[in-house]
Amino acid sequence: MRSTSALLYLSGVTVSFDGFKALNNLSLLVEPGEMRAIIGPNGAGKTTMMDVITGKTRPDEGEVVFDGKSDLTKLDEADIATLGIGRKFQKPTVFETHTVRDNLLLALSGIRSWYKLLLAAPTKAEKDRLDEILTIIRMTDQQHMPAARLSHGQKQWLEIGMLLAQDPKLLLVDEPVAGMTDVETETTAQVLREINRSHSVVVVEHDMSFVRALGVKVTVLHEGSMLAEGTLDQVSADPRVVEVYLGR
Amino acid sequence: MITRFLWQGMGPGLRLFTLLVLAVGILLPLANQFLPASSQFHVPAWVLQLIGKYLCYALLALAVDLVWGFCGILSLGHGAFFALGGYCMGMYLMRQIGSRGVYGNPLLPDFMVFLNYKQLPWFWHGFDQFWFAAIMILLVPSVLAFALGWFAFRSRVTGVYLSIITQAMTFALMLAFFRNDMGLGGNNGMTDFKEILGFPVQADGTRAALCFASALALAIGLVISAAIVGSRFGKALTAVRDAESRMRFLGYRVEGFKLFVFVLSAAMSGVAGALYVPQVGIINPSEFAPGNSIEAVLWVAVGGRGTLIGPVIGAFLVNFGKTWLTGALPEFWLFALGALFIVVTLLLPKGIMGLWGQIRDRSQARKAKAGAPA
Repeated sequence: MRSTSALLYLSGVTVSFDGFKALNNLSLLVEPGEMRAIIGPNGAGKTTMMDVITGKTRPDEGEVVFDGKSDLTKLDEADIATLGIGRKFQKPTVFETHTVRDNLLLALSGIRSWYKLLLAAPTKAEKDRLDEILTIIRMTDQQHMPAARLSHGQKQWLEIGMLLAQDPKLLLVDEPVAGMTDVETETTAQVLREINRSHSVVVVEHDMSFVRALGVKVTVLHEGSMLAEGTLDQVSADPRVVEVYLGR
Repeated sequence: MITRFLWQGMGPGLRLFTLLVLAVGILLPLANQFLPASSQFHVPAWVLQLIGKYLCYALLALAVDLVWGFCGILSLGHGAFFALGGYCMGMYLMRQIGSRGVYGNPLLPDFMVFLNYKQLPWFWHGFDQFWFAAIMILLVPSVLAFALGWFAFRSRVTGVYLSIITQAMTFALMLAFFRNDMGLGGNNGMTDFKEILGFPVQADGTRAALCFASALALAIGLVISAAIVGSRFGKALTAVRDAESRMRFLGYRVEGFKLFVFVLSAAMSGVAGALYVPQVGIINPSEFAPGNSIEAVLWVAVGGRGTLIGPVIGAFLVNFGKTWLTGALPEFWLFALGALFIVVTLLLPKGIMGLWGQIRDRSQARKAKAGAPA
């Protein structure tokens, strides 16, 4: 295992499913405090990359190092989440039968073991933190509503709030604006930039106007490997990227 | 202090319901013992026995609901835990017979003499003591549940696959217990019990006490379940039910949650089985029959899974129906059971409690509408 100053370090990662290489010798570096956008056509391996980082999928080859010291290929989801990697899914997955507040409470960093939770009551600090997050995601009025009754956009925000509550060092966000209205998309970009002040973020997104609104370094994936990296303008000008996106 | 903590974990409806269960468990036995047989409020012994049996079923239903309704583990093998608890009680009751058996052997139960056993099998030792049997009633089902859950939950076996495994478990146990050389009475099981804790099993007074004990066990089960479901653990538990992988990505080790409720639920089922056996007077391998476990799931479905009151109501209603129908039209019971399954699945996915909730919501909505200015 190499020691590195990068927050997230992927090197030569290969994952194959029945011979199909979902990731092919992928390398990626994310610095502490950085926000990175990952784009790529369907099947480029974006979601598989997220799976590898969060421990859902084990790579066949390659190194995945977090925070310069933790080898993520040897840990499971719960360990990796505890280390400080949060993940937001493409489809909003909140706990539908729980209230907005309880959703945030479950996500709140802190107690995770089942026997401690049996007797734990929320502390003052925890309650204050929940109020704070509810304000950030603008959902104080809906806090006692079951998550099932929220609109699609509200669920996305609740999920972002849950990630804040989890307080990870690195946030992986999978297509946060899919299915959102323009206004919601804009607010989401704003919220992500706010989050980026204290957390590193990796965003996977199809929506180019959203990526432009973020204004960060972009990595283009294609067939499981990195194709190009740079500002959005740089990569859009890259003939290989144009070819991949528009077809041969 | 702990009792207060537990009490506060319960909602007003559940408190009332638990008191109702206790009231049934106290008033019926009292009415049986202290009212003359001529009084119209006298409760005959067979009613006590029936209610006592239903109370045990209700505790089993509550145990099934705890894993299914609150954690999403559809166990089709809870009858096995129930039967194991029953067998532990049966072994204690057999040892109490002593030399009053048909063969008059002071040490060996009748079936062992009949099968030419020369000495007591090792696992029968200790069962002459009630305290030992009581521990085993909790321990044996728990250990089995722990072993099964440990492997299944760690290997992330979920959904229908887990249901099949639990069903296979109870079926395998049934086949094992049917064998004579298992040393547990084989096909015939254990029966002809004489005494429990020194009191004659058949006496009205003992029946009254057993009926009360069953109600008490159910009430304790309700209080414990409410405390668990109402805690932060409970919130995490229902979250595991609704989105397991999401919980993993939040850093929860899901296996621990599942294993704890599964083992607790197995222990509750064991207690239910142990109280059931002296009241019906027999335990045999047919208690392991897969159909029994499926019936228990149906009680929960009828009453309303994911609520604590639902399974109790479901167990009482379905078993009352069964008692009545198997008397009135015996050949129709299985058809009725099948029809019930279909009706509940199609029309009452949330059971009777869900229906009650719908009615309440609707009347509230109507009131709100009527109250609002036009």
